[in-house]
Amino acid sequence: MTGLTEITVGFMPLFDSAMIVIAQEKGFAADEGLFLRLVRETSWANIRDRLAVGHFEAAHMLAPMPIASNLALQTLNVDMIVPIALGLGGNAVTISNAVHDAMATKGPLDILKPASVGAALKSVITDRAQTGARPLRFAVVHFFSGHNYELRYWLAGCGISPDRDVEIVVVPPPLMADALAMGTIDGYCVGEPWNSLSVVRGTGHIATVKAAIWQTSPEKVLGVEARWASHNMPAVEALVRAVARAAEWCGNPENHQELAAIMSAPDYLGLDASLPMPALTGRINTGGGQVVDVADFLIPFAKAATFPWQSHGLWFYSQMVRWGHSAGSAENQKRAQETFRPDIYRRAVTPLGYAVPGANMKVMGALSRADFVGASRSGLALGPDGFFDGRIFDPAAVEAYIADLIAKDRTL
Amino acid sequence: MAANDLKILVLDENALRASIIESGLRQAGHDNVTIINEVFGAARTIETLKPDVIVIDLQNPNRDMLESMFQLSRSVRRPIAMFVDRSDQTAIERAVDAGVSAYVVDGLRQERVKPILDMAISRFNAFSRMQRELEEAKSELEGRKLVDRAKAILMKSRGMSEEEAYKLLRKTAMNQNRKIGEIAQSLITAASLLGDDE
Repeated sequence: MTGLTEITVGFMPLFDSAMIVIAQEKGFAADEGLFLRLVRETSWANIRDRLAVGHFEAAHMLAPMPIASNLALQTLNVDMIVPIALGLGGNAVTISNAVHDAMATKGPLDILKPASVGAALKSVITDRAQTGARPLRFAVVHFFSGHNYELRYWLAGCGISPDRDVEIVVVPPPLMADALAMGTIDGYCVGEPWNSLSVVRGTGHIATVKAAIWQTSPEKVLGVEARWASHNMPAVEALVRAVARAAEWCGNPENHQELAAIMSAPDYLGLDASLPMPALTGRINTGGGQVVDVADFLIPFAKAATFPWQSHGLWFYSQMVRWGHSAGSAENQKRAQETFRPDIYRRAVTPLGYAVPGANMKVMGALSRADFVGASRSGLALGPDGFFDGRIFDPAAVEAYIADLIAKDRTL
Repeated sequence: MAANDLKILVLDENALRASIIESGLRQAGHDNVTIINEVFGAARTIETLKPDVIVIDLQNPNRDMLESMFQLSRSVRRPIAMFVDRSDQTAIERAVDAGVSAYVVDGLRQERVKPILDMAISRFNAFSRMQRELEEAKSELEGRKLVDRAKAILMKSRGMSEEEAYKLLRKTAMNQNRKIGEIAQSLITAASLLGDDE
């Protein structure tokens, strides 16, 4: 490692930290003159704090986290930028056997289909309210997480109020399966392999997946401390290149076996190598012997999966305002949008010859099939990117989108 | 509110360390201290106790759960991380290095709670030191046991006296610039591979 610039990067033991891990393990970081000191953490709060005190320069992060931090919504706030995203999709919603069995009595379930599963869930929730049973408790990994916002989007879209009809709590990913088995929670939304773990143990069923709630949707990002980034832009760009090349490597099916072996090692996930594979193949064992092929379950690289779309930042902002987690204002909207830095990404990866989108924002939910878009090089196809309820997000009309959702939420 | 009327909640899965913190707080005149070792169910305790200061260990994977409770709390007395103004960068650094974090209710004057965090930091550091010393004592003891076994092997296989066996181990360690325990360990491993151990 002589002559290499050392960057300390924090990560949580989740499969989508793979792009950072592989950047170091397969030499992409070294190619860029970097040595990534990878530090596994036990909470997102620790990652944020250690970024604040300068222990970490960059970290694996939930996409809404840097936005919440830049909007000063957390208990401690650090200015951050997002120069690259860490893939699309990857999460699922798992429910307990008891909830699954209750839902199954409501008629045939179109498994993993958000509208069908959601309707059955609503019916179970109504029954419980009538008998005076406590509301179902769902867990997400963090308050400011894609998990929280996609779970809420799905529930509300199925006529379930995420604030009144159910309780949403936070549980660390590695503890989710145990909490479900013990009955502390009735369901959870988390990345792999923590959904498959409940299925393998026979203590839960996968009800639906992020890719079905919103296909090709953002999940984790690389968050970089803003002040450090502004003084070390060449290192930031080198890091973006290393991670982008790692993402491309992760997306190649030929590497999946090696990837699973690397990620299951004790320093990373510390799990059985056969477990993380469903995330890579999209063949999801939902429990009870059913295996479903999910399109775009987790996309590490294709479809501009590492591009930090400002429209993704705006969608998370719209949900924060929708649920009262952030005040809505033109200034906040601008800050959320500018947390994502497609300009840095574009500058960094241009030498690699990748096809990079020409725009910084896109209308989301409008592509019902894969389509070619304007890019630095021909051949970049995006989508399909539909929301399960058919709604469209136009980054040019964020306020109207929020107002429309809030009006609809009032009827829940 | 008098100086020591602050209600302090300590969340630490390590019961021993929590009690060390508690005794330190009591010595400093804080009588209103509650300890919880399990974050599940902490929500209720926080609601009823309404603590002014919450001290939590950084290894606790439930920090995100705790912080989400603060986000959900509609009450004015919303806890915030200590030293949010970041002017006191060294204090937050020392806390993170020690492995402890604290939350205080918004509006509480910093100078009133700083001694509490300082105390928690020093007790956390003392606890780590104690654990390290224990580890060292344990490994020293293990090292001595290994040397005894290695000596026995040499005495049996090479017909050496105990003193000669020890000298050989020490000389080998010095020549290879390694610890005598390591040399003893490799000798035991080699002997067991060759099947002539014991």
